[in-house]
This record gives sequence, structure tokens and C-alpha cells, in this order.
Amino acid sequence: MIIDINFIGLIIASIMASAVPLILASCGELITERSGVLNLGVEGMMIIGAISGFALMTVTGSLIIAIFGAMLAGVLISTIFAFLTQTLITNHVATGLALTIFGIGISAMIGKNFVGIPGKEFPVLFEGLKDTIPLLGPILFGHSIVFYFAFALPFITSYFLKKTKIGLIVRAVGDSPESASNQGINVRLVRYACILYGGAMSGLAGAYLSMIYTPQWIENMTGGRGWIALALVVFSTWNPIKILIGAMIFGGLTIIQFHMQAIGVRIPVQFLTALPYIVTIIVLVVISRDSRKIRLSTPSSLGKSFHKDN
Amino acid sequence: MHKFLIRSFVSSLVLLFTLTVAAVAKDVKAAFVYIGPTGDHGWTYQHDVGRKAVEAAGFKTTYVEGVPESADAERVLRQLANSGHDVIFTTSFGYMNPTNKVAKEFPNVKFEHATGYKREHPNVSTYAARFYEGRTILGTIAGTMTKSNVIGYVASFPIPEVIRGINSFTLAAQKVNPNIKTKIVWAFTWYDPGKEAEAAKALIDQGADVIAQHTDSTAIVQMAEKAGVYAFGQASDMDKFAPKAVLTSVENNWGPYYVDRVKAVANGTWSQKDTWHGIGDGMVVISDLDSQMPADLRSKVKKLQADLASGKVHSFTGPIYDQKGNLMVAEGKTADDGMLAGMMTYVKGVEGDIPK
Repeated sequence: MIIDINFIGLIIASIMASAVPLILASCGELITERSGVLNLGVEGMMIIGAISGFALMTVTGSLIIAIFGAMLAGVLISTIFAFLTQTLITNHVATGLALTIFGIGISAMIGKNFVGIPGKEFPVLFEGLKDTIPLLGPILFGHSIVFYFAFALPFITSYFLKKTKIGLIVRAVGDSPESASNQGINVRLVRYACILYGGAMSGLAGAYLSMIYTPQWIENMTGGRGWIALALVVFSTWNPIKILIGAMIFGGLTIIQFHMQAIGVRIPVQFLTALPYIVTIIVLVVISRDSRKIRLSTPSSLGKSFHKDN
Repeated sequence: MHKFLIRSFVSSLVLLFTLTVAAVAKDVKAAFVYIGPTGDHGWTYQHDVGRKAVEAAGFKTTYVEGVPESADAERVLRQLANSGHDVIFTTSFGYMNPTNKVAKEFPNVKFEHATGYKREHPNVSTYAARFYEGRTILGTIAGTMTKSNVIGYVASFPIPEVIRGINSFTLAAQKVNPNIKTKIVWAFTWYDPGKEAEAAKALIDQGADVIAQHTDSTAIVQMAEKAGVYAFGQASDMDKFAPKAVLTSVENNWGPYYVDRVKAVANGTWSQKDTWHGIGDGMVVISDLDSQMPADLRSKVKKLQADLASGKVHSFTGPIYDQKGNLMVAEGKTADDGMLAGMMTYVKGVEGDIPK
């Protein structure tokens, strides 16, 4: 088989497109976890974003309202989580799981009227430049605005956590809420903000699926991507750049295994379909094996409730 | 006080009368058990369209969606049988054993199991559709419309139903165009739009210009639309999702069968049956043919459709060879239902191996 250079460009472009929802949701969850809150409701927030985006697009006809509406929906549902875990001091794990179940249920209920409606075409940028550069053309050009945002996000997140004062506050709250509180930081407020931000990013990830990637609404359409995003955060040891790598490997192997099947490579298909999960975990564990660094980047108070009064 | 007594007496009479009438005319209640959500716009969605037809015919129905094919299914079935349902439709292959088990406990309730073959008790019937007849039509269209001679096929799971579809599709495509190659990609899901779109994209990137699917979502036809290649709708008419790409769809039409069976229960004429209906009985419906297809192809397809319906043409007419060149169906013969039901080998011309 002749390997055409543009063919490789096309494959890389589809790998990147499939990595977008994972990057968005993971980077959002990373901020939430860095503030010491474990929100297992990513799948639920994503699916709420997916239905909200699709529903708003169908009803209002405006893509901008739909995208921001989906983020707002993610914020709203994560407010429930924030209220329960921060104000009522409930258990993070149980509340997060409940959020996922709630999200899947309510999205199905809202979505009943939106099944079987085709989505709208989402505008792409620099379409004309696609054929100007071999290999890089299809990789760099002709994508939606959300796509470009997703690939900038890990770098922005990394800069935010390392170089900005607010980033430092977020990390302090996640590592030692007691000390942060003694320094006069409002721990609850910071955690609220980080949870809502995570919700917005999950909502955007869901809207990407229902409005751009596969423009339609069907129940459970996130298909477990929220859980993969959660796993990426942990296996990347809370490092946004490694999230990017992990998401690319995961998306990449999913797509490459389809290509291998189509070419007719004689490897058991079941093994090929399991490959993305296995390899992503192995690679992330290997690149993150420095235990000193893991200790430094793991939010020490992750998942622990903080009572200001005691 | 006096007035009140009279009023309650009258209303009790009315109530009693209603109850008596209800008991005499005995409302038949039908229940449906679904594997997926009714919002999948695919397999379960089409069963639910059938359920609505039963409702429209004047019967009461209930449904339970997203029932796993495990001990949960038994629990749900038992509960439905206990709560006064007269006929229960179980609409996924994996409900086969639970259906038979619960049917034994409730001899007065009728059970209808889709796509299975076990009828261990007199109150269990089975039914399925000959979707492969629809795929014969799709193969004919694909073989004619392809320019690259590479046809992509996104498959779900290696079960006879899917293998049979791949075979009948390929046989039909080869008949009109001996040079075609069918590339198969197994998605190992019935329904995950993202994954299905990625599988279709991989096939398109490798030169396929017609995509067939045996998974349920509309993601594949949308991907085909974006890439400017042809595709076929699955389970329901998917034309509005991809007006340029979709040439036609094979629709699952369960309504008439469901209405028939529920009516039979109401009339007391229900008896055990094994139903396998195709285009001829209207259980498999071919949607409108797209005008992008040349007129002669369209009339050819119309004729093929009529011949499949009348039984003049059979999807599996010999000589058919398997991949190794062994004769499966002799010249002039057609594959019998037993062979079709257990079909787990590819015919000659299909590339690759069936995942084990």
C-alpha cells in the first residue's frame, strides 16, 4: 500500500478531532481536582452539555447561544454538586456518581423531543488553506473554533497553574485547605469557582459532540467519554500537557485500529479495540513514574471535605 | 345528608357498571422490553414506533427501556407478567433464555421474543425480519454507484445476523460489479456515534466511496455527507440527516406484526408461531430511492424489490462459495432458513476474517 503524505495528514486531523472532547473535559476536571475536589460527575455534565447545546441550537437557531448555553448548563448542574459537597459537606465520590446518573436521566428526558432531528452545520475556519501545505494543511486548517480552543487549553491551563497568582491559590487550596484558610483565602469560594469551571468545560465537551463532531442528539451519546476524561486526569498525574498526550494517544489508537482493520492487518479485532485503553494507561504511567513529581503535582487534599469551623 | 347518600349510591352504581363492562371486554395490555433507550433513533426507536401502532389500534401498552440482558431481564419480565400484561414483547436476542424461563412460570401470559429461536413453552413465539433482503438491494446499488470499487462496511458484532447481512450485500454487489472489494471494520458497538463516525472516516480515508452500516446511529451517514460519498440508512429513513449521501434506507417495520399479534391475543386466536418476514410481508421496507441514482438503476432496484417480495429472487441463490472456495449453496439452489440462521462464514469476495 502506498502511503500518501496527505493521507497521514487526514489521519492525524481525525485523531485530533476525536481528542477534543477528552481534552476539554479533562482540563476542566483538572482544575476542579487541583482545588481538592473530586467530581466524578464529568460524564453527567458532558451529556447535559450535549443535550443543552443541541436543544438550544434547534430551538434558537443560534450556534453562539447554543455553545454558551451548553457551558452554562454545565455550570448549573455543577452548582448542584458544589452546593452539596461544599455547603452541605457531602461525600465527593457519592455526590459525583449521583450527578452522572442524574445527568444521564435528565438529558434523556429533555432529549425525547430532539431525537431524529438533524443538526446544523458548524462553521470551520481557514477551510481554503487546507490544500496549500501538504501534510500540515489538513492538520492545521479547516476546523471549528472549539477545536482550536481545545488545543490551546492545556497550555493555558499549565500557565495558569504555574505562573499566575490565582493558579497558586487554587493549588494551595487543593494541597492544604487549612493553611490556605489561615492565610485568609476563602477555600469554599475557590472550590466553588473551580467546580463551576469544570462544569463549563464538560458542558463544552458535550456540545462539541452533539453539535460539531456528530451533529445529532441520541441518548447516552457521550458513550463513556466522561469516564475516560477522568482517567486521563489521574494517569497524567494532574499535568495538562500530559493530558494532551494521553488524549491524542487514546484518540489515535481508536482511529488507527479502524484503519488497521480496513487495511486487513491480521490482528484479533478484540485486541485492537482494547488497545486504546491499554496503551494510554501504560504510556501515561511510564511518562509519569517519577514518584517525587507525582507527590508534588497530586493535590494532597483531593476528595477530602473541608469544614472551616473545626 | 340524604342527597349525599343518593349521590354516592349513583356513583357506586356507575363505577360498578364500568368495572363490569371492563371485565367483559377485557382490555388487552401489551408490554415491550427494550435493550436500549427509545431515543436511539435506531433499533429500539423502531420497536417503539411499532408499540405506538399498537396503541393507535386501541390497546394499552407499557414499555421498559434499557433492560440489560441479564438476571435483570427476568426480574422485569416477571414484574410485567405479574402486573396484568397479557402479551410481552422482548425485543433483543439476549432475552431468549429469560423469556423462556419466565414464560414457564406464567402459562397464561403470551411471550413474543424477537430474533431468537427458542420456543420451549407453548406460550412463546419468536419473530424476526429478513433484513438481508434489504441488504441485497443495498449491495446492488453500492456495486453500481461505486467509482473506486472500494465499498466500506461498518459492522457491529460478529453474530449470524450481521454476517448474513455482509454476505448478502457482497453477493449482490459482486453480481453487478465483479471488481468491487468490501472492506469491513468492526466497531464492536451497536451505537456510539463518535466511534461509528471514526470507523466510517477510516474507511473513507482509505478510498471507500460507498459506506454501508450495521450499527444504529446516524453518525455514519453524516460523516459520508461531509466527505461527499454515498451511504445507506439503517433501521429508519435517515435521508434528512444526509440528503446528498443517503441513497436509500432499509427500515424496520414492526407495527403491522405487533398489531396483528395483540389483536390475536384479544380475540383468543393467538398461537405459537415462528415468524421471519421480509420485504414481501412489509416487515422490511425500502425507503424512497434517491434521484442521484440513474433511472435505469432505480427501475432495476424496483424490479429486484418486487422479485424479492414475490420470492422469485432469493438473496442467497447458488452457486455460493465460502472464502476458501468450498461450495456453500449449489447452483440453482437457495440457502435454507437453517443455514441462514446460523451463518457464521464469509462468502467468497469478502476480505478479512470474522473476529473470533
